[in-house]
Amino acid sequence: MYNLTPNKIGTLLKTQYSNMMEYRVEIALWAISGVIPFFMLNIWTNNGLNESLNISNIMLSRYFLSAFFVRQFSVVWVVFTFEEDALLGRISPYLIQPIHPFFRYFAQHIAEQITRFPFALIIAIFFFIFNPESLWSPSIGTIFISLISTFFSFLIQFLIQSIIACFCFWTEKASSFEKLIFIPTLFLSGLLAPVESFPEFVKSWVYFTPFPYLIDFPARILSENNVNIFSGLCVQIIWIILFFLIFIKVWSQGSKKFTAMGL
Amino acid sequence: MNIKKYFKVYKLFNYTSLSIELEYKVNIFIDLLTAIFGLSGSIFLLSIFFNNAKDIGGWSFEQALIIQAIYTILNGITNTWFSPNLTEIVKYIREGTLDFVLIKPIDSQFWVSFKRISPTGILEILLGIIVLIYCFYINDITLKVDSLFLLLLTLGCSISILYSLWFLISTTTIWFVKTWNATEVLRSFLYVGRFPLNSFSFPLRVFFSTVIPITFITAIPSEVILGISTFWKIILEILVSSIFIIASRRFWIYALRFYSSASS
Repeated sequence: MYNLTPNKIGTLLKTQYSNMMEYRVEIALWAISGVIPFFMLNIWTNNGLNESLNISNIMLSRYFLSAFFVRQFSVVWVVFTFEEDALLGRISPYLIQPIHPFFRYFAQHIAEQITRFPFALIIAIFFFIFNPESLWSPSIGTIFISLISTFFSFLIQFLIQSIIACFCFWTEKASSFEKLIFIPTLFLSGLLAPVESFPEFVKSWVYFTPFPYLIDFPARILSENNVNIFSGLCVQIIWIILFFLIFIKVWSQGSKKFTAMGL
Repeated sequence: MNIKKYFKVYKLFNYTSLSIELEYKVNIFIDLLTAIFGLSGSIFLLSIFFNNAKDIGGWSFEQALIIQAIYTILNGITNTWFSPNLTEIVKYIREGTLDFVLIKPIDSQFWVSFKRISPTGILEILLGIIVLIYCFYINDITLKVDSLFLLLLTLGCSISILYSLWFLISTTTIWFVKTWNATEVLRSFLYVGRFPLNSFSFPLRVFFSTVIPITFITAIPSEVILGISTFWKIILEILVSSIFIIASRRFWIYALRFYSSASS
């Protein structure tokens, strides 16, 4: 249905990777801008806020480092690229190519994550230099499962943003929707405070939303805090399927509305 | 320098950019929602902190809320005046349209810093002021004329530091062309301005008050409101902000010597 061959995937990834390598300084800066979890960690441990939560300083610092990593590899910006392409009319040639345009954006994101990896690693090394006691080596199995759940988290966010990006077909400027969605992502995903620390009245409903599965869940796996891996992965898959179906629907409706611009 | 001319030009800038922004009316409504959710999100985060401790770095919840309000006001000012213009600078330089700015009989720094205005940040400023008034109420503060003067003075200094930080980073575009993400780094560092300086460990405190003077920006006005600021801190902030303003001006003039236009 989407006409995707291994050959095409390889070519897409290769061209996007060389494209991203050109902007490696920019990507390095982007990696640095993700250090907020470390500042939050500092507030938590420096004021002894974790004492009433039964999380030791070491486990908490592992949690925030893992949150940093998960965030680094689940950053999505497809709506901004799509909006620019739609406004400038670059979408038109993409639409007539025998491949779904979103595969191009997907390959961009994957290529950017590969470029970003060494920078994230350098930041982590600095983190361990300042906090040597929190150094740990997760088992291969843990790394593998947390990679999968991070990828699932990336997929959920990519699909949500792609749905928002499709709004461009109606309003031309969809990125303000993205800014709105980003607020709960920031505060409810566990990037700034572990979901465990939320007050009861929030905890009672937050697990019915996709947000805790974006950062908190993968970060807990990686940092070896106790978590129900099986049910978490199942919930992630359910969200992916749901958002995928919505995306298909919105895309087919929206692309019919498309009027070639900038020609 | 003809002040009158600059005022007239500034009015025209506002007129044109407002008519651009008002083309997308739905967006303004969504931005209002975003500002409200953003503020309630940060108050939520603050309440999580205070659930587990009585005070953070010696600040109670009611006092920390003042910092939050000041941050929201300053963030609104950034979103209204600084960030829309300074993302434009990147465009001017990439596309070579800075040429047209430089040949105009008007100061180029004035043009690139005040060309655009985004009304959505104004909603944030209003929200911040509402929270601040609420803070006066819950903290039992009655502002006297002299402390009001000091508050406005320190806020003015904070705004100058913020502007200079944004402008300094944007100026580096002349060499690096794409500094879009450098402003993201600044944005994420500015984020710590929401919390009391004393809540961080000593090395970070030194970092946030020397390398990037983030804490000057929100801490000193909040301390002035609470009446716990010392005289030397206010003098220091005035000093730091004037150094930053002069540095940003000098750096812009220096950087322009390296501007080599885009392919033409």
